[in-house]
Amino acid sequence: MHIFKILFKNAFRHKLRTALTVLSITIAILAFSLLRTVISAWYAGVDASSASRLVTRNAVSLIFTLPLSYKEKIRQTEGVSIVSYGNWFGGVYIDEKNFFANFAVDPKSYLDLYPEFKLGEEQKNAFLRDRKSFVAGKKLAAKYGWKIGDIVTLRGTIYPGNWEFVMRGIYEGKDETTDESQFFFHWDYLNETLKKTAPGRADQIGWYMIGVTNPDLATEVAGRIDRAFKNSIAETLTETEKAFQLGFVSMSNAIITAIRLVSLVVIVIILAVVANTMVMTSRERIGEYAVFKTLGFGGWRIAGLIVGESLVITMTGCAIGVVLTFPTAKLFGHTMGSYFPVFNVGNDTIGYAIISSVLVGILAAIIPTYRAIKIPIADGLRSIG
Amino acid sequence: MENKAPIVEVRQVSKSYHRGNQTVPVLQDISFDIGDGEFLALMGPSGSGKSTLLNLIAGIDKVDAGTITVGGIDITTLSETDLARWRSVNVGFIFQFYNLIPVLSAFENVELPLLLTSLPKAERRAHVETALGVVNLLDRMDHYPKQLSGGQQQRVAIARAIVTDPTILVADEPTGDLDRVSTEEIMELMDNLNTESGKTIIMVTHDPRAARKAHHIRNLDKGVLNNDAHL
Ligand SMILES: Nc1ncnc2c1ncn2[C@@H]1O[C@H](COP(=O)(O)OP(=O)(O)O)[C@@H](O)[C@H]1O
Ligand SMILES: [Mg+2]
Repeated sequence: MHIFKILFKNAFRHKLRTALTVLSITIAILAFSLLRTVISAWYAGVDASSASRLVTRNAVSLIFTLPLSYKEKIRQTEGVSIVSYGNWFGGVYIDEKNFFANFAVDPKSYLDLYPEFKLGEEQKNAFLRDRKSFVAGKKLAAKYGWKIGDIVTLRGTIYPGNWEFVMRGIYEGKDETTDESQFFFHWDYLNETLKKTAPGRADQIGWYMIGVTNPDLATEVAGRIDRAFKNSIAETLTETEKAFQLGFVSMSNAIITAIRLVSLVVIVIILAVVANTMVMTSRERIGEYAVFKTLGFGGWRIAGLIVGESLVITMTGCAIGVVLTFPTAKLFGHTMGSYFPVFNVGNDTIGYAIISSVLVGILAAIIPTYRAIKIPIADGLRSIG
Repeated sequence: MENKAPIVEVRQVSKSYHRGNQTVPVLQDISFDIGDGEFLALMGPSGSGKSTLLNLIAGIDKVDAGTITVGGIDITTLSETDLARWRSVNVGFIFQFYNLIPVLSAFENVELPLLLTSLPKAERRAHVETALGVVNLLDRMDHYPKQLSGGQQQRVAIARAIVTDPTILVADEPTGDLDRVSTEEIMELMDNLNTESGKTIIMVTHDPRAARKAHHIRNLDKGVLNNDAHL
């Protein structure tokens, strides 16, 4: 017999009590992991963003546009390699609840600037050739069952009317941090239509996307661009893509902080649950621990018995919780796909779940261990009979 | 078997308990010897301090004053850790309520003290089987305590007490919870351990039938040893 056998036998002595405790830990770990995954999904765009790309927008607000005429001047700025541009289109596919990001972009430069959107050579050429075409991410295309050649109609909200697009390509992400649910089409198609229907809104850019020759000099380049448009009709604000994304994300900072806090509270709750179980258990076993001590088991071994039992219970719950996290996150990501394009359980999340469980297992055993060690053997034995 | 050099020397031992700010004296200035291979019965009315004295000799309680030497070692000077190690080698304890671990089989209960030794698995098994053979329970070694009668449980407990071949065996009312037949069995076993294996046994009892097997009976009354009856 190995001493571990005693831990397991002890842990499952009260089957119902242990089962309930394990269940609580499982649910808590599941909640903890999902909450943390929501947070990392929220920041996925930021993490995937590149430090070698800059975004230039109207200094007043993102709602205001910039003239198309800035393009040449930006291109000529020292340190700039590629300039692309786009507008948020905000079209609705059939119903409002089918939300996904859709932009009008300059196709060639956009694909050059975003190599993480992998598009086959043939599809790429077809897309570039057809001015009324669009490309969608693999996830998005799969969701709506779009195939190459399909015609998709978006109802414009910012730009009124029904807009028809032909699907010419489906891109794949470079890795799992890449958003595979974007929809982008030719900026020229939008602009030329506007020229006819709303000439005042034509030749306006939502934001410029800029590639720099040397990422280390990105901030200098950003400063140069903004200085070039100082005192012009539309002053610019240029920042790294990361800072730009963070600007969106931090709008909801309070919510993220709240979610973080809740994930910590969940851990504190399981600590209380496990501690309660361990206190009850070890109180019932004071006599048994006295017997162990009589046989010569020292303080460390008694501590090992109690902490070990506590760990057996918490790690069982943790293991089940972690195993369940993956399918649950998949399901969750599937239903919430439009809000969280990238919803993957990170290794760090699993790591934190495991570390928290180990800590809970140890902390929950401290008081029972202290009591079991401190009580004189004679008193412990007296509690039997 | 008698008149051997003492294996236990109790000298001027006093012990009291504190309840609140009240002091309850239990043992007062007790001195006596126990010879190697002796079978001693400690008798006396309930509350006279028998268990307390036994616990002191077994090293699971601490004296207030005096010394207790077992096998040449003054155990009153040992630290908690050293005392635990000393117990695991030198003392076999038999309790009134058997105190087997309910989730472990008879075999595993007997094996428990051996987990503190460096004996490899095969040797542990041999020791456990020998001990269970002595108490004649080899056929029940996979049974759990609740599947055994009181007498059988106490025999498992005796096997657990002797498996490490300790210097002294201490028993606190080992037959206190048993019927007449089981009491006979247990006492027969204790007698065999004493006469055939030469084990020194110190047994607390208030059952005169149980005490009959002992060589000596010492009476404890109100914390004082007042006679040394010789059977
Ligand atoms: N831990 C303790 N705290 C307070 N009083 C105790 C404690 N242990 C024993 N006593 C008291 O010491 C006396 C002797 O107890 P004990 O040695 O168990 O007697 P016996 O075994 O002879 O019946 C009793 O009066 C008992 O109440
Ligand atoms: Mg007693």
